[in-house]
Amino acid sequence: MLPRFWRKIKYRYDLVGTKCENCGNYYYPPRNLCPVCRRKSKIREVKLSGRGEVISYSIVHEAPEDLKAEKPYVIALIRLDEGPLVTSQLVCEPEEVKIGMRVRKAFRKYGEDGEAGIIYYGTKFVLDEV
Amino acid sequence: MRKVAVIGVGQSNFGELWDASFRDIVLSAGIEALEDAGLEGREIEAMYVGNMSGGRYLAQEHIAALIADYAGLAELHIPSTRVEAADASGGLALRQAYMAVASGVHDIVIAAGAEKVTDVGSEAAMEILASAADREWEVFAGATLASLYAMIARLHMEKFGTRPEDLAMVSVKNHKNATLNPKAQFRREISLEIALNSPYVAEPLRLFDCAPLSDGAAVVILASEEVAKTYTDTPVYISACCQASDYLALHSRKDLLTMRAVVHAAKQAYKQAGIEAKDIDVAEVHDSFTIAEILAYEDLGFAEKGKGAELIREGVTNLDGDIPVNPSGGLKACGHAVGATGIRQAVEITLQLRGDAGKRQVDAENGLALNVGGTGATAIVTIFTR
Repeated sequence: MLPRFWRKIKYRYDLVGTKCENCGNYYYPPRNLCPVCRRKSKIREVKLSGRGEVISYSIVHEAPEDLKAEKPYVIALIRLDEGPLVTSQLVCEPEEVKIGMRVRKAFRKYGEDGEAGIIYYGTKFVLDEV
Repeated sequence: MRKVAVIGVGQSNFGELWDASFRDIVLSAGIEALEDAGLEGREIEAMYVGNMSGGRYLAQEHIAALIADYAGLAELHIPSTRVEAADASGGLALRQAYMAVASGVHDIVIAAGAEKVTDVGSEAAMEILASAADREWEVFAGATLASLYAMIARLHMEKFGTRPEDLAMVSVKNHKNATLNPKAQFRREISLEIALNSPYVAEPLRLFDCAPLSDGAAVVILASEEVAKTYTDTPVYISACCQASDYLALHSRKDLLTMRAVVHAAKQAYKQAGIEAKDIDVAEVHDSFTIAEILAYEDLGFAEKGKGAELIREGVTNLDGDIPVNPSGGLKACGHAVGATGIRQAVEITLQLRGDAGKRQVDAENGLALNVGGTGATAIVTIFTR
């Protein structure tokens, strides 16, 4: 799984998405083909602002094996200011999260492949003090 | 296109079938279907098998040939094909078989669905099911299938005023129906209080909002209209079997509260069958989570968008209501044998239209089955007519 992970490092660590210059839509996760413009797509990579708003969320009690230690944790759908919706964990107490609250990206650990394995990092979101 | 009929149906018990292997389960459903159709076996011309993940649940691939072999059909050398679309795999198998007969390529075709999930632990089984979602961009972030449906549920509550009680009522109804289905996994009633006080899986969804993962298999045998008449006096016709797809990940969809694949497949199916939503007398829908049944009411056109919960509140979808939904007990209480579910739904609707559904029999002329993959990236809507 290692190559599968590091191929995506740029996009995960820095929230790099894509923009279609033809229609102006932003995509995260990045897409190489715009579903609106298809063959007329003009895709380029863009670093997203990493700020947005919580659209919906869930507090996960039944977690997969590698996330057991984290539970209960908050998973959310976040509308980035550029438009795309992102599935990400929110680093906060379950009681703090509300629909509509402002959040911003943060570089965080996601998990590891056992004690001797690699550690996975990526973007999570934290509450944004306005 | 030729008219296609269901001439035989079979189903294994659904549940934790510790003493039965994958092959045993498939065979029990297959033999029942052959007996039901009155076939010897050599009449079968082709087979389609829905199976989500033999590779990960059993470390066994090449499922289609395996099933044909253990169904005693190896000497016939028929083409046997596995199809996959997560928990919509069964619906896909049904559609492939339907097209094979409708096109005139084959006269008698088997559509099977099968899954054996209990040879891995229940956590591993959930983890495998999560591969129905986007592994790199949803599951990596910590999303489970339950949590994705939970986010839909929370938004539905926020936007339309759907309540946890409404979701619980779906579960209570389906458990009640399952008490009348001898092949169901959970054949006992539950109270609203029990459902509402069960532990959270992914808030706001609780244990009783989530279908179990089950072992099980189901088989339907399809034939052309002309051939069907030589085997049965009570053929049930498939008047439409339509499939649609959508963005794989929930976050890519424009409207989180509409499964557009379901809307598209349903629209095509109603058109092809020449009927409307109001003409449906009974339906089996994909209640992998209770909120999914509410969405199905809306996306199939039984209720306006946002008003799905009214149907459950008013008892419209109860066994004695205007449109009984999930008379079998649905995925929640009959059980969710992943790749078998789409075929199991077809078995139930066929039994209902033939008048062979026993104590859960409803009066129906037109029936509908909705099979959904993952969070809605694949949908198959099939309409059956007496």
